[in-house]
Amino acid sequence: MGNLPQLDVKSLGERAKVIRNHIIRMLAKSGSGHPGSSLSTVDLLVALYYNKLRHNPQMPAWPDRDRFILSKGHACPALYAVLAERGYFEVSKLDTLRQFGSMLQGHPCMKTTPGIEISGGSLGQGLSVGLGIALAARLDKKDYRTYVMLGDGELEEGQIWESAMASSHFKMDNLCAIIDQNDLQIDGPIRDIMSPHPIPDKWNSFGWHTLEIDGHDYPSIMSAYNEAENTKGRPTVIIAKTVKGKGVSFMENQVDWHGKTPSKEEAERAFAELK
Amino acid sequence: MTEMIATRQAYGDALVEFGEKNKAIVVLDADLSKSTTTAKFGKKYPDRFFNMGIAEANMIGTAAGLATCGKIPFVSSFSIFATGRAWEQIRNTVCYSGVNVRIVATHSGVSVGPDGASHQCIEDLSLMRTIPTMTVIEPCDAVETRKSIMASIDYKGPLYIRLGRAAVPVLTKKEDPFVIGKANILRTGNDIAIIACGALVAHALTAADILQKEGIQASVVNMHTLKPLDNATLLEVAKRTKAVVTAEQHVLDGGLGSAVASILSRNYPLPVEMIGIDNRFGQSGDPDVLFKEYHLLPEDIVIAAKRAIGRKQL
Ligand SMILES: Cc1ncc(C[n+]2csc(CCOP(=O)(O)OP(=O)(O)O)c2C)c(N)n1
Ligand SMILES: [Mg+2]
Repeated sequence: MGNLPQLDVKSLGERAKVIRNHIIRMLAKSGSGHPGSSLSTVDLLVALYYNKLRHNPQMPAWPDRDRFILSKGHACPALYAVLAERGYFEVSKLDTLRQFGSMLQGHPCMKTTPGIEISGGSLGQGLSVGLGIALAARLDKKDYRTYVMLGDGELEEGQIWESAMASSHFKMDNLCAIIDQNDLQIDGPIRDIMSPHPIPDKWNSFGWHTLEIDGHDYPSIMSAYNEAENTKGRPTVIIAKTVKGKGVSFMENQVDWHGKTPSKEEAERAFAELK
Repeated sequence: MTEMIATRQAYGDALVEFGEKNKAIVVLDADLSKSTTTAKFGKKYPDRFFNMGIAEANMIGTAAGLATCGKIPFVSSFSIFATGRAWEQIRNTVCYSGVNVRIVATHSGVSVGPDGASHQCIEDLSLMRTIPTMTVIEPCDAVETRKSIMASIDYKGPLYIRLGRAAVPVLTKKEDPFVIGKANILRTGNDIAIIACGALVAHALTAADILQKEGIQASVVNMHTLKPLDNATLLEVAKRTKAVVTAEQHVLDGGLGSAVASILSRNYPLPVEMIGIDNRFGQSGDPDVLFKEYHLLPEDIVIAAKRAIGRKQL
């Protein structure tokens, strides 16, 4: 139900470009929001929403849908753009981001935006929700899967490790965490601010099946999603090495572009690069 | 003699009773299931019981996830940990999302007793009331606890139910009405209104007896729902009695007294006296000793009632 035929790498790349253009345009217009954090997620989200998730944009509440939770909710411009492109709502709505009365709130709001599974914005809480959804699937003997995207700085939150422990305790093989490892948080490189490294060792020791990939390489992303689905008896975490600000050269790996929006001129430069 | 049962005991029994028919009910606890009595449910329906370990923040989020899939999660711990440790999870993940999570916390108030201040939650009503869209209930006895659990099952939106550790007298009857947001008038008199919740409802009734012997007729209102507050009943009683005493096992800031005073001061200003804990922590001791120490006894309510009556503009 609802799935497009699998897109090839080239088509995925084209979609990603469209999404990145949306992100820059939305943030230039809104004047506030998080470009760097949004851009690093794009390839992971595009691969998920075009090639993996079992979902139906016309029926966002379809009980058998796979679920996706953006725990690092500040990257929602990327998710909104993907949801719009997939048909959850009109693409024109993207330009209302963060405005008064908009269906697209500054952080995900499940009451206003179709396709949002839980309201967010406060870091550390999404994996717990994903666990609850995965437990409900098991109780109902349903085969839908749940994906939760975390930031690498977000791993500093204690609740992440509570939910990591519980998910492995309950052997939630229908749950997959995706870490957007862009090596930066707000105040600087995460290795300088508060290092959660070694990240794979931590998840391994918490009982998770742990995969490390390049988060901008579609074949790697797809094979990781598939391996997660085929891994039984324990949850899988995909640690995706990404570039914060990916796709816009002057934003890449720059701490400053975490939560700063582009001027008109900067947006034009970005669009030129994203042609 | 009145029968004495702890509200937490009635909670576990109610879960077992309603969980039998309603398979959507799931229960989560954080390593306190024997004390909260959710273990009774866990024993009967192990598949629908999740012991989440000593990790309250994750427990609240997990419940939210279950609720998004149509489950009716009852989440339990001691009230200090459920509402204090996980306040922001309740605020952002549960209430802002508007999911049907039922947080039923035990061991509220100083009547926790010997465990002392760390375990005596006297701030939870305030913490929960302040969150937009949250419903807040404190039943007065075991019978009303069962009814509040029953009423919560199909209730829309997040909900907090406050229970106690110590046995309290059974004041209400099975056939008494219980509607969330609708206060019950237990006794009618025109000189003073005592508005109480939880364990203090029993003290309010005793106070009314004492007052009657002195020729003072008191109304007693069981305000089991603190939010949404039953403004209509409150104002009706206040207009009749022209003076009010509130009584709760909670700090004076942000609980029942605050809620009542806020409505009265805006709609029908009159003398209000408040029985509650005045800017102090609890301590170890038997509940009765602590009720005396913190001025939560019927005698204290009587004094406050006379003070309120004395302040009436004649
Ligand atoms: C509980 C909480 N604390 C602080 C913040 C403020 N905040 C927003 S984004 C961010 C940094 C997140 O870093 P990371 O998880 O690495 O995400 P990235 O933006 O790098 O993808 C912080 C501290 C928040 N949203 N929630
Ligand atoms: Mg980061």
